[in-house]
Amino acid sequence: MWRQVTSPRVLRAILPAASFVILLAAIFYVQPRAMSYFGMNLMLQYTVPIALATIAQMFIITVNDLDLSIGAFVGLTACIGATLLADSPLLGVLALLACVGAYAALGALIYWRNLPSIVVTLGMSFVWLGGAVLILPTPGGTAPGWVKAIMGLKTPVVPFPIIATLVIGISVHLVLMRSSYGTVLRGVGGNPRAVKRAGWSLLKAKMVMYAAAGFFGVLSGLSLIGLTSAADAHIADRYTLYAIAGVILGGGEFVGGRVSPIGAIIGALTLALTGSFLTFLRISPDWQIGAQGGILILVLALRALIKRQEG
Amino acid sequence: MLKKMLIGTAVLASCLTAQMAVADTSDKRIALSNNYAGNSWRQAMLDSWEKVAGAAAADGVVAEAPAFTTAENQVTEQAAQIQNLILEGYDAIVINAASPDALNGAVKQACDAGIVVVSFDGIVTEPCAYRIAVDFHAMGKLEVEYLATRMDGGNLLEIRGLAGVFVDDEISAGIHEGVAENPQFEIVGSVHGDWAQDVAQKAVAGVLPSLPEIAAVVTQGGDGYGAAQAFAAAGRPTPLIVMGNRYDEMLWWKEQKDANGYETMSVSIAPGVGTLAFWVAQMILDGKDVPQDLTVPFLQITQDTLEDSLATTQPGGVANVEYSLEDAQGVVDGS
Repeated sequence: MWRQVTSPRVLRAILPAASFVILLAAIFYVQPRAMSYFGMNLMLQYTVPIALATIAQMFIITVNDLDLSIGAFVGLTACIGATLLADSPLLGVLALLACVGAYAALGALIYWRNLPSIVVTLGMSFVWLGGAVLILPTPGGTAPGWVKAIMGLKTPVVPFPIIATLVIGISVHLVLMRSSYGTVLRGVGGNPRAVKRAGWSLLKAKMVMYAAAGFFGVLSGLSLIGLTSAADAHIADRYTLYAIAGVILGGGEFVGGRVSPIGAIIGALTLALTGSFLTFLRISPDWQIGAQGGILILVLALRALIKRQEG
Repeated sequence: MLKKMLIGTAVLASCLTAQMAVADTSDKRIALSNNYAGNSWRQAMLDSWEKVAGAAAADGVVAEAPAFTTAENQVTEQAAQIQNLILEGYDAIVINAASPDALNGAVKQACDAGIVVVSFDGIVTEPCAYRIAVDFHAMGKLEVEYLATRMDGGNLLEIRGLAGVFVDDEISAGIHEGVAENPQFEIVGSVHGDWAQDVAQKAVAGVLPSLPEIAAVVTQGGDGYGAAQAFAAAGRPTPLIVMGNRYDEMLWWKEQKDANGYETMSVSIAPGVGTLAFWVAQMILDGKDVPQDLTVPFLQITQDTLEDSLATTQPGGVANVEYSLEDAQGVVDGS
């Protein structure tokens, strides 16, 4: 029994959750006020868009690619949401669908020409930012009422952000980890040749994963303006790095299709909460970024330790 | 005698207001949420806050007044920071915002939690927040109005700032409005000095040969010294140059004043405006009636205050002023 619990595999799965729980406990200790419906709601609200962006990044990482444009893309969808979607819903929905389509097309291009995803997405990040500035030259716009209503939902007992992140994590887990096509999709990252020989289309798989990333990017942008009530082209610049770090912190690997949706969500929450924790501790903002990185390195170092046992 | 009595009354009054403040807000906590600290103006702003708000906390006027800065100018980080400040139960949050609109969600939550929100410099549009805005338009107009008190009229040279920046457009529009109201003046030349002495000097030197006699130069700050150098190099008489509170400008002005009684004025925005926001927040917590929208008073240096301003300004810096509660009261009453 004890051997089972301390087996590297189990430890590895527990690590993200354990670091999250430790962090949460530390926050409650430093700032007991956080331990309430109001406090949790406030502290976790902004983790919903980060969690969605992290899931988007996870889809890309699953097929061994990396998306350096997700932050700019979320910014673009936020700008569309606060302008087109609010003024003429039909046009807004079409524009957002076009964004998802563009992501699928990117996946196809990257597979078809065998391009490095980092370069393509880095280039696209400027395209998304340019589009966002064209749509919304100066910060402003208004989020549609229904988006604000959803994000401002007062659910009984359990705060909305917790329910939202749980629902996102579990539904993505069911599709990607439990369904048969989900296994194929992860196989594209693990052993593309084998998947191809088995008769699956790699092109289609990549397009599906990129489209899924685009879809979650749109959700992230909309949830973000639901909180801020207005948009700014640079509103989500930080999300690119947060999303990558969240996936890795949550137990994912850059290659091999080895990812965990629930882990990624927990990783995103951990990252966001380190910021709150450091604010409550009154650490000078100049040190906060460094401290955030320190926590990240600590968790990854622990993982490397477990991995050595595994091998 | 009368003067002494007046001073006595003023001292008494200020003691009284200070006493009242101690009584009512000594348990209140005010936080500063700042989005950026990467230039000298912002550093001066944070220093002023530390000095004034820190002293207020030490004197027991407020319980505490820490400053929080996000590392990079990021909306999402500042929004999360504001939410953390709400959670920490501050009574007032003073904000220099990363975006006029995108922080409205977090600001509204703060208001809903009963927290007083005062934004300054980088203001927020959420109606529940208080705003202390900079009226650059009025600053430009003020320059021409000052000239009207000094001379009967004449040709003006306008030095503008960085093309395409909102501040440049606003100040210039104010100057042009001032000229329209005072038709005895005419703008005969306009160059971009980019708020930098060297750029201004080159630009003015380039345009001077084609200009008639210049009675005065209207500026935007950071360009007055360069303009003076250009006039001197061209061997032309030095016109009345409006200055912008920079150390080198004031130093030149002082030299001229001592040598030949040169007279002008200087105007800009003081980084200490953050301390004005602090006192406004304190006054609101104190139950005072404060209008939702306030305008930052300019820091104006005159012939008489030149020496004092020069003495308190760092070489290479900008003249600063830290506000006291009485100053803030004056701003509120004046609006």
